[in-house]
Amino acid sequence: MLTTSRQLFPMWNQLQQFQGEMNRLFDRWNEDGTRQLSWAGFPPVNVSEDGDTLHVEAELPGLKLDDLEIYVTGNNQLTLKGERKPAVPDKSVRHRQERGFGKFVRSLTLPFAVDPNKVDARFENGVLQIKLAKHESAKARKITVKGEATA
Amino acid sequence: MAENALKTTNGNQAHGETTRGGHFFTPRVDIYETDEELTLVADVPGVTAEDVDLRFERGELILQGRVKPRQRPGLALLSEYEEGDFYRVFQIHESIDSTRIGAECKNGELIVHLPKAEAAKPRQVQVRAN
Repeated sequence: MLTTSRQLFPMWNQLQQFQGEMNRLFDRWNEDGTRQLSWAGFPPVNVSEDGDTLHVEAELPGLKLDDLEIYVTGNNQLTLKGERKPAVPDKSVRHRQERGFGKFVRSLTLPFAVDPNKVDARFENGVLQIKLAKHESAKARKITVKGEATA
Repeated sequence: MAENALKTTNGNQAHGETTRGGHFFTPRVDIYETDEELTLVADVPGVTAEDVDLRFERGELILQGRVKPRQRPGLALLSEYEEGDFYRVFQIHESIDSTRIGAECKNGELIVHLPKAEAAKPRQVQVRAN
């Protein structure tokens, strides 16, 4: 049965829910103790599909480039891994702590296979933007239909 | 002392109007105190130094960060967070020298330095033996 990209969305949602359960096992990021129910792990991401390109965006303020790692495994798994270290001034007293620190790992299962050699990742002003290109094997191939020769 | 120096007004509500509508987000903030100053660090991803509007008026420190809308091309598959401008207000006590407030913004983090007024700095008192 042919699936259009619209129908792919609800299917992927279920996959994402399963992924969310897995992410919770690895969620080591300490916040103020409360857990937000709306997202499956840290960092929260926004993903969009634009033809043959997948755009993934995450907000990671205060993270240094050296403390961030991005992996593409098995062609359709994207992993974001990093550590946010606090920059506490010397001899200081902490009066308010709202921001979180520590290590995080988050894996996303992508809706199609991507080419790991064609990943573009940019990190500016605390915003990580990743562009992933669809793998050749996952691209749609037009099939020529042979019909009866007209008499 | 710092607890009195920095009290937030109801940060979730924005005072006044801005020319651009939309949600305002309250940035998460850490506050540290040393002998010299109070340091305020806010998470403002997507904000550059030019987009920060930091004002001190009538005893209030108003923090506003403008986020340039980032295009999200194509069909959205997963939307776990929204973008929007940041806004937060703090009440500043007189023990802060408001003329020397400084700030820098890097990597989506805004660091505001609030130096203590001379009179408020802790001073070691010499005790003489006789």
